[in-house]
Amino acid sequence: MNIIVCIKQVPDTNDVKIDPKTNTLIREGVKSVINPFDENAIEEAVRLKEAHGGKVTVITMGPPQATEALKTAIAMGADEAILISDRAFAGADTWATSYTLSQAIKKVGSFDLVLFGKQAIDGDTAQVGPGVAEFLDIPQITFAIKIDIDGGTIKVKRQLEESAEIVETKMPAAVTVIKQINEPRLPSLKGQMRAKKAEIPVWTAEMIMAEPENIGLKGSPTQVVRIFTPPPRGNSEMLEGTPEEMAVKLFNKLKEQKII
Amino acid sequence: MDYLFTEEQKMIKDLARKIAEEKVKPVRAELDETGTFPWELMKEFAKADLCGLYIPEKFGGFGGGCLEFCIATEEISRICGGVGVTFAASALGAFPILMFGTEEQKSKYLPDIASGKKLAAFGLTEANAGSDAGGIQTTAKKDGDYFILNGTKQWITNGGEAETYTVIAMTDKAKGSRGATAFILEKGMKGFDFGKKENKMGIRCSATRELVFQDCKVHKSQMLGKEGMGFIVAMKTLDRTRPGIGAQAVGIAQGSLDEAVAYSKTRVQFGKPVSSFQGVQYILADMATQIEAARALVYATARTVDTGTNDISRDSAMCKLFASDVAMKVTTDAVQVLAGYGYMKEYPVEKMMRDAKITQIYEGTNQIQRNVIALALIKELAAKK
Repeated sequence: MNIIVCIKQVPDTNDVKIDPKTNTLIREGVKSVINPFDENAIEEAVRLKEAHGGKVTVITMGPPQATEALKTAIAMGADEAILISDRAFAGADTWATSYTLSQAIKKVGSFDLVLFGKQAIDGDTAQVGPGVAEFLDIPQITFAIKIDIDGGTIKVKRQLEESAEIVETKMPAAVTVIKQINEPRLPSLKGQMRAKKAEIPVWTAEMIMAEPENIGLKGSPTQVVRIFTPPPRGNSEMLEGTPEEMAVKLFNKLKEQKII
Repeated sequence: MDYLFTEEQKMIKDLARKIAEEKVKPVRAELDETGTFPWELMKEFAKADLCGLYIPEKFGGFGGGCLEFCIATEEISRICGGVGVTFAASALGAFPILMFGTEEQKSKYLPDIASGKKLAAFGLTEANAGSDAGGIQTTAKKDGDYFILNGTKQWITNGGEAETYTVIAMTDKAKGSRGATAFILEKGMKGFDFGKKENKMGIRCSATRELVFQDCKVHKSQMLGKEGMGFIVAMKTLDRTRPGIGAQAVGIAQGSLDEAVAYSKTRVQFGKPVSSFQGVQYILADMATQIEAARALVYATARTVDTGTNDISRDSAMCKLFASDVAMKVTTDAVQVLAGYGYMKEYPVEKMMRDAKITQIYEGTNQIQRNVIALALIKELAAKK
């Protein structure tokens, strides 16, 4: 079974700071890590490979330093990694990113499963997994908490807000996973040795036959007008009790404030 | 300080630290309180390929040596001395096989130890034989192709949890220490049982049990080295594993210093953090200096062991002696820096102080280490004449 995992390198949010003047992320000196949900996706891919055999290929679109994230993925047990990197990709929104990743996946060739983390902790859109599935024209199942594979069929338990549903489809398919699906392993020593030696190919826009008008800022329908830190919400009060009790408290409060 | 580690050694250090911080730290207090053997953590070390650092690649290990082993032991012990010794004691059981085993014995036992599937242990000490290893009373009586073992080993680290045991027994009492022979035993052999788990002052999560032999029949193919070489097997093993205890001691000491420094910056008295007072600063400075000296001695000794020299008794005794005395002093000072809080179980330094004490005792008391060092000095002088 061939599994492709799409990952993203993100700033470690434990020490993210916002520049108060420009309202953008201060990236200098901030450690980069694999997006945490993507670590779950790598772990799941490695577990599926351990159970069913096959190969795990990890890809990421990013600047040259994203190689580090790919090496960590190899240390965790991925077999191969590819960096999709080209100046022309800069400024890509989720549409252009999905297009670019899908072009790279087409170049990888045959695959049974494409795994993603449910979303990246920097952008939080959760759009790239589904986007890639659309470009590849394969079924997609999001928010997976459990994956079972039986021959050419994949059965996935999806976590919904207050329930779960089980969805089955034929492979190839795309699946995005949530944190609760597994506990990502730490990279092993032998894995790290392998990662150190691993040559990571870099694929450019031309190599994945990406149409120039579909990539990077030019290919992005989304335009970021402004980024800002929302002002802190004033004093808030949490209501406690049963829903009925809280409704009564809320009613009284609103009445007190003469809102109703 | 730059100890000129290779890329690989740095990787080992980082990986061991990561596991210690992320997996060991959250459970160390509970393991200490309940005295629970840390199987889950041993599995983590196994998954990370840390169990066979000193075992050749041919037998499934990493192909490193004493230094690689010491680096990992130090990092684990920095967070928990009990988990550190559990990790290290497997090497104490495996080293005799590594050094004296036949190819067959090595292929049979080392791969499972290297992968972390099985733990090993070393059985030398008895009720009446510790520092005086010549006083061993466990006997191995020859019976055709077999030896029949009878006797009891005491305070064996990893006892009951390990699968593979290197045990020293007397095959010919009349010959004294030249009548001792080493055997490889497996858990589950008929006539091989375990006593209760001891309730200890420190390193409480590690398993310490008696090994009880009652007419335990062992095939001669389980003999390690030649008959009568048991004492040599034991001494040569301890010469090479003592730096591991030194590393454990350095780790415990470093852990207590880290806690003491962090605390001193947050504890405010007389309107200032206590770290601003020279009285506290000097304690911290001395702690750090002593630890660094001990660490340098441990690494230098480990590197000497890795040259393959046989002349290692003196150095290995020195590094264990010095590092363990430093650990006891430094952890005691850490408790002093944290003062009232340091004495309480909510903070980890009282445990570190309890854990440190054993490093002055096991793998030869520090008094025995001084004997070894003095003997080496006297021999050296005699050799010059």
